[in-house]
Amino acid sequence: MAVSKLFGSELKVINIGLESFRQGLSDCGVKSVQAQFKPPLSGEAGLFAKTSRHAARIGRANKKALARVLEARPVLTGMGTALDVIPGMAKDLILHAGPPVTWGRMCGPMRGGIMAALMYEGLAKDPAAAERLAASGKIKYAPCHEHNAVGPMAGIISASMPVFIVKNEAAGNYAYATQNEGLGKVLRYGAYSPEVIERLKWMETVLYPALKAAIEFLGKIDLKAIVAQALHMGDEVHNRNRAATSLFYRAIAPAVIRTARDPETAAKVLDFVNGNDHFFLNLSMALSKASLDAGRGVKDSSLVVAMARNGTDFGVQLSGTGGRWFTGPAPVPDALYFPGYSKADANPDIGDSAITETNGLGGFAIAAAPAIVQFVGGTAADAVSYTLAMYEITAGENNIYKIPYLNFRGTPTGIDVIKAARSGILPFIDTGVAHKKAGVGQVGAGVLSAPPEPFARAFEYFARNLK
Amino acid sequence: MIKTIIRKGAYFDSVSLMQVAKKLNALDGVIDSAVVMATKENKGIIRASGLLTAEILKAADNDLAIAVNARTICAAEAALKAAEELLDKKPASSGGSDRKAAGLEDALKTLAGANLAVISVAGRFAGALAAQCLENGLNVMLFSDNVPVETEVALKREGVKRGLLVMGPDCGTAIINGAPIAFANSVRRGNIGIVAASGTGLQEVSALISNEGAGISQAIGTGSRDVKIEVGAITLLEGLRMLAADPATEVLVIVSKPPHPSILKKITAEIGKIRKPVVAVFLGGEIKEKIKGDFYPAKTLEEAAYKAVCLAKGWKPAKAREIIYDMNLKAGELAKTEAAKKKKARCLRGLFSGGTFVSEAQVILPELIGEVRSNAPLDKKFGLRDSMKLSGHAVIDLGEDEFTVGRPHPMIDFTLRSKMIVSEAAKPEVSVLLLDLVLGYGSNLRPLEDITPPITEAFLRNRELSIIASVTGTETDPQTRSKVVKGLEAAGVLVMPSNAGACRLAGEIIRLSGSKARGAGLRS
Repeated sequence: MAVSKLFGSELKVINIGLESFRQGLSDCGVKSVQAQFKPPLSGEAGLFAKTSRHAARIGRANKKALARVLEARPVLTGMGTALDVIPGMAKDLILHAGPPVTWGRMCGPMRGGIMAALMYEGLAKDPAAAERLAASGKIKYAPCHEHNAVGPMAGIISASMPVFIVKNEAAGNYAYATQNEGLGKVLRYGAYSPEVIERLKWMETVLYPALKAAIEFLGKIDLKAIVAQALHMGDEVHNRNRAATSLFYRAIAPAVIRTARDPETAAKVLDFVNGNDHFFLNLSMALSKASLDAGRGVKDSSLVVAMARNGTDFGVQLSGTGGRWFTGPAPVPDALYFPGYSKADANPDIGDSAITETNGLGGFAIAAAPAIVQFVGGTAADAVSYTLAMYEITAGENNIYKIPYLNFRGTPTGIDVIKAARSGILPFIDTGVAHKKAGVGQVGAGVLSAPPEPFARAFEYFARNLK
Repeated sequence: MIKTIIRKGAYFDSVSLMQVAKKLNALDGVIDSAVVMATKENKGIIRASGLLTAEILKAADNDLAIAVNARTICAAEAALKAAEELLDKKPASSGGSDRKAAGLEDALKTLAGANLAVISVAGRFAGALAAQCLENGLNVMLFSDNVPVETEVALKREGVKRGLLVMGPDCGTAIINGAPIAFANSVRRGNIGIVAASGTGLQEVSALISNEGAGISQAIGTGSRDVKIEVGAITLLEGLRMLAADPATEVLVIVSKPPHPSILKKITAEIGKIRKPVVAVFLGGEIKEKIKGDFYPAKTLEEAAYKAVCLAKGWKPAKAREIIYDMNLKAGELAKTEAAKKKKARCLRGLFSGGTFVSEAQVILPELIGEVRSNAPLDKKFGLRDSMKLSGHAVIDLGEDEFTVGRPHPMIDFTLRSKMIVSEAAKPEVSVLLLDLVLGYGSNLRPLEDITPPITEAFLRNRELSIIASVTGTETDPQTRSKVVKGLEAAGVLVMPSNAGACRLAGEIIRLSGSKARGAGLRS
């Protein structure tokens, strides 16, 4: 039995609860820090005790899973058509963001996106026909995540859409994502007007061949290096992709010029990339997906390998629980709205883009992105506290993605569902906001805390099935 | 007009919420309000006040519920807005690191070398949090109550195993390395170490010691349940060992209610091993056996404090009796004067904010005035059937659960006691009110402002009334003891240096008035 060394040491106090207790301490020069407290997500104390008993084994499993995520080397190796390259893709299959959802439960923007895709595929000639077909049962739906893919917002991928191919050179796995359409009326926000389909066609016939040729010319583009640099340039590569898009542009521009069929095409393609600050988002998502998929399937690991929303449900997957989704209602983001719109117009949170947070980017790296702190309360200090809070629930720190302001501390990476459940701290996510009606498009951008239910359910399932 | 807001998943500690509710109730047009976490227990509490709206009924444990009953819609909406502003207000930081740590891990990184966690979150979460703190090598002071006894035992055993001190649960006071923790007074440092199973007892003993010119090395709170048989005095014994080994501690004081006999045996065995003088007060029970030559039992907190002072200063311990005797003499004179003002012997009512003072009053008063009833009786025989309907001589602990549910502790919030001061004074059978005022960190920072109006009112209602009070505190406390004493005296209160002294004076006044008005039949 050891003896307490308290009396002989300098008293330093962590105060949890009533803040006024720090007054007496500071009056006599004792150092103290206030620690915030939140109730645990699960009321099942026995399950927490069980995970504590197996802490060493879970810790080892998480370390192994996280190492695979951190060691991932995602590179852009090429492009192809969804039907040709995405495993399990079919002509009558439409991939969507988030966990599985039926047409009947889909939100407006997702339905709008699907209608746009059906018209784009030539399967329906107008919105009414598209809606009938979508609801007819002839079209199958599946999450992008179950096909090694990710998609922002509605996340719609249909058979003839061109996709980026990202390879994790460390583990050999692949991830896929479409080309980003830009802002305004776009499919991913559920818009399906003729201009939307027209842009998609241009992206298929002009943008895609040019980018594909340029990537082939270069051989590959190291996406991880671009993200690491972009974090030092004010991006968190979810809500801000300006630096990463610029870096990508620098990498690809000479190759586009060399390989384009004519200068005019090259100029248009480069203008498109240059004119869309979020062009890199889909790549940062595919990079994250390729990294996290490598961390899947580690027995006894409580590491979160996917967070995704379909506009109705928020879903979570763990490394140690296979393909099972743990879901709960998707919340409406706390956002800054475009003029003329308000929270009343907003759709609940949607998109696979929370894969960036799962990978230690986005909201987890917001301390690196002072330019967008308006989203989080307006001061750089607010952004820093959000990132610092995420270290409470992550299994480790990133070895490549670093935050200058935190003395180049690695971003909090690898959410441990046990830590989240115990501390009550929920992942902090940057996001765009879609109008709840199909066809309107984006109405704002902001942040949100992930909802508690999926994490509570994931924790409880994980702990109960721990042997 | 009742209006409600629910904030999903917004956790606040209950004291902050009660402070918000108090401020809302003070707003114009507000009849009543509730600001609570929507737990089952809280729903039960607000059901009684008619504030349990359908929305709150639907809300979950981790949702915050704000309900306001106001005279107009405008007033209700203004109050809800005020509530949200109060809740969202970022408190001014007080020294140390400015930034709030997001959680325990962040705090451990922010404050390198942290060695004590002070935990005051809701009881149902406190146990797990304390366990996590122990895992991270922190000593723990658990202020929270409503922690299951099995959890307490598990935490304390874990603490012993790891060489970490576990104070509490329900530990209100400690002084570690000179620093006041939670409800504690600013006392001199010195060579007297205290282990106390009673927060108020610890405050009284340490403040009396300091006011007599001696000082405290360490004061360890064990939590009120520590000496029960289920817990086995784990922390009290551990505290004795730590103080025995501490070179800065030369005299030990134990403050407790009477422990279970088998536990007392363990304690006396431990005392026997200590090669330093030990003073012990077990309020309501005394150690009769001769444990060792330098063991000094005491009947009251006051006696324990003064004995410790004598030992600390190298005086004979018997001198403590002389100090108390001198005070008694003065009190006797004062009692005669007061008693002379009264035509008849009437009843004494003690309205206390400190539970241990209620015990001490029951040790002292019966010898002077006979039967004294209480809602916290030392002997169950003298229990009160209804704490709101007092008869005969009675002493009330306003810190008991029956009074504190949904309200801050009476040391912070005087509202209820203020009402009772006036209502008891207005009763024709009452002639003496006995009060305690506990100063220090954590307690009401403006005690005079809050207590003077009801006292003035009480004297107006009852021309023969005497009000006796003790003020537990020191000159360096945030409230400054002498300022409070002067203020009370100016209001007509007779202030004594200790609770024991106040009890004796109050008892003497009754006794002397009784003997003058022979046959008034108090005991009938």
